[in-house]
Amino acid sequence: MSPEPTTPTRYASPAQGGASIHNIGYRHYDGPRLGRAYARRSLFSQSLRGAYGLGRSAKSKVLPMLLFAVMCLPAAIMVAVTVFTKAGSLPVGYTRYAVYLQAVIGLYLASQAPQSVSRDLRFKTVPLYFSRPIERGDYVASKFAAMASALFLLTAAPLLVLYVGALLAKLDFLDQTKGFAQGLVCVALLSLLFAGIGLVISALTPRRGFGVAAVIAVLTIPYGAVSAVQNIAFVQGNESAVGWLGLFSPITLIDGVQSTFLGGTSSFPNGLAPTTGAGFVYLLVTLLVIAGSYVLLMRRYRKAGL
Amino acid sequence: MSTTTPTAPPASGAATKAALFHPTVARLTHRALLGRRRAMILFALPALLVIIAVAVRTLTGADDTTAGAILGTFALGTMVPLIGVIAGTGAIGPEIDDGSVVYLLAKPVPRPTIIITKLLVAIGVTVAFSAIPILLAGFLLNGNSQQIAVGYAVAAAIASIAYSALFLLFGTITRHAVVFGLVYALVWESLFGNLVPGARTLSIQQWALALGQKAAAEGAISSDVQLPLAVGLLVALTAGATWYASRRLKALTLAGEE
Repeated sequence: MSPEPTTPTRYASPAQGGASIHNIGYRHYDGPRLGRAYARRSLFSQSLRGAYGLGRSAKSKVLPMLLFAVMCLPAAIMVAVTVFTKAGSLPVGYTRYAVYLQAVIGLYLASQAPQSVSRDLRFKTVPLYFSRPIERGDYVASKFAAMASALFLLTAAPLLVLYVGALLAKLDFLDQTKGFAQGLVCVALLSLLFAGIGLVISALTPRRGFGVAAVIAVLTIPYGAVSAVQNIAFVQGNESAVGWLGLFSPITLIDGVQSTFLGGTSSFPNGLAPTTGAGFVYLLVTLLVIAGSYVLLMRRYRKAGL
Repeated sequence: MSTTTPTAPPASGAATKAALFHPTVARLTHRALLGRRRAMILFALPALLVIIAVAVRTLTGADDTTAGAILGTFALGTMVPLIGVIAGTGAIGPEIDDGSVVYLLAKPVPRPTIIITKLLVAIGVTVAFSAIPILLAGFLLNGNSQQIAVGYAVAAAIASIAYSALFLLFGTITRHAVVFGLVYALVWESLFGNLVPGARTLSIQQWALALGQKAAAEGAISSDVQLPLAVGLLVALTAGATWYASRRLKALTLAGEE
C-alpha cells in the first residue's frame, strides 16, 4: 500500500553511546493532492455503488438487485403484451408506473437509505469523513445526490424498457417520447422526495434495523391512512376532499403532481385528479419537503455524533 | 448451559429447570422494545388510528361499512403487521446484531426459555399496541355495532401471536429480518393477497380474520379461509416458528460480516 521500504535503514550506529535515532523510512507525500471536489465525487460514487451493493459483499448485492429486477419485470411483461396483442398504447402510462410499484420503491429505499448513513453513525466513521477536505454540505449533498440517483436508476430503468418496447411495437413516436419525458420528470421528483425522506429518518438512528422499519412506516402508514380516508370521503360524495387529502402522504403527493401536470391518471378513487390550483399546492409541498429534508440533514450533521 | 449443572444453587436449581418464562430476560426484552425510539413508532401508530377513527366518526357519523373498511384495511392490513415486525424482530434482532446476545447465551438459561420469554413479551407488546387500540377505534367508529370492534380486536390479537412468532424466527435467521418481515407483510399479504386469490390462503391476516368472523356478527367480517384450516395453520405456524427459532439460537454463530 505504502511505498516505504520494509527494512528500516539505520543511519546512526548504536555503538557510539546509549542513545540512537533510527530512520524508519517515513517519507513526505509529494504526489498530487486531489482536493475537495475529488473527495466529494468519490463519496458520491461510493455511496451510489453501495446502494446497489457494488463493492460490498455478495450477500448485500442480493436485495437491491432483486428489487431492481422486480421493478423492471412488470415493464417487460407489459411490453410483451403490447407487442403480441398489437394494442395501440401501453397498458400503463409512464408517469403512473412508479405509483403502481410504490411498495418495491419503498422497500428499496428502506433497505438502502439506512445502510448509506446509519452505519457511518454506528461505526463512528463520520468524523473520519470530516478529517478529509470535505465540508458538512459536501457530505450531505453527496449522500443526498447518491440516494436520489440510485432511486432514479431504479425508477427510470423500467420506463426505458417501456419506451424501447413501445418503439419496437411501432407505437406513435411523438406520443411515446412525450410520455417518456413526462415519466422521467415524475420519477426524478419522486427520487428526490423519497431520498430526502429516507435519509432524514435514517440519519436519526445508528441502528440499521430500526431505520428500515421507520422509513417503511413513514412511507406506508400515511399512505394507508390517506387512501382509507379518501375512499370514505369518496363514498360520502365529498370529491374535493379526496383531492386535498392526497397531500398527506409521499406517494399520493407524487400521484397528484403527475395527474395534474404530467398528463397521467391518478390512483385516487375513481381516478379523481386534484384541480389545477390544488395541483400547484401539491407541487409546492413536494418541493418544500425536498428542500426541508435537505435543511434537516444539514442541521443533523452540525454535530458528527448523535 | 445445561440445566443439570451441579454448581447451580440448590434454591434456584429447581426453578430454572422447568421454567419456560424467565423474568430477567423478559424485563430486558421489554426495556429493549419500549425504552428506545422504537417506542415512538409503537405509540404513533395506534394514536394515528384513534385520531382517524375520531375524524371519520365526526365527519360521516357511525357507519358499519366505513368502520369495517378502516379496521380491515388500515388497522389489520397495515398497522398490525408493522407493529408485529417492529416488536417481533426487535425482541431479538438488535441483540444478535451487536453481539450482546452472547452475554445472555452464556448464562445458564435454556435457549428455548429465552425464545419463549422473548416471544411472550413480543406478543404482549403487539397485542397491547394493536388489539386494544383497534377495540377502542371500533367503539369510536360505530359503537361496536354488529360486534365489529370485538371481531377485529380478536383478529388483531390472534394475528399478533402468529406475527410475533414468525418475525422472531426471522430475527434469529437473518440480519435483514426487518426487510424480510416487511416483504412478507407488504408484498405477500397486501400486494399478492389482492392480486392472486391463492396467496390469501397462506396469509396470517386471513387466518386471523377467520377467527374474527366467529366473534363478530354474521356477515360483518369475511375471510377466505375456513375456520378449522385457519386454526390448524395458525397453531402449526406459531409452534413451528418457535421451535425452529430455539433451534437457530442453539446453533447460533456470530458472523462478523457487516
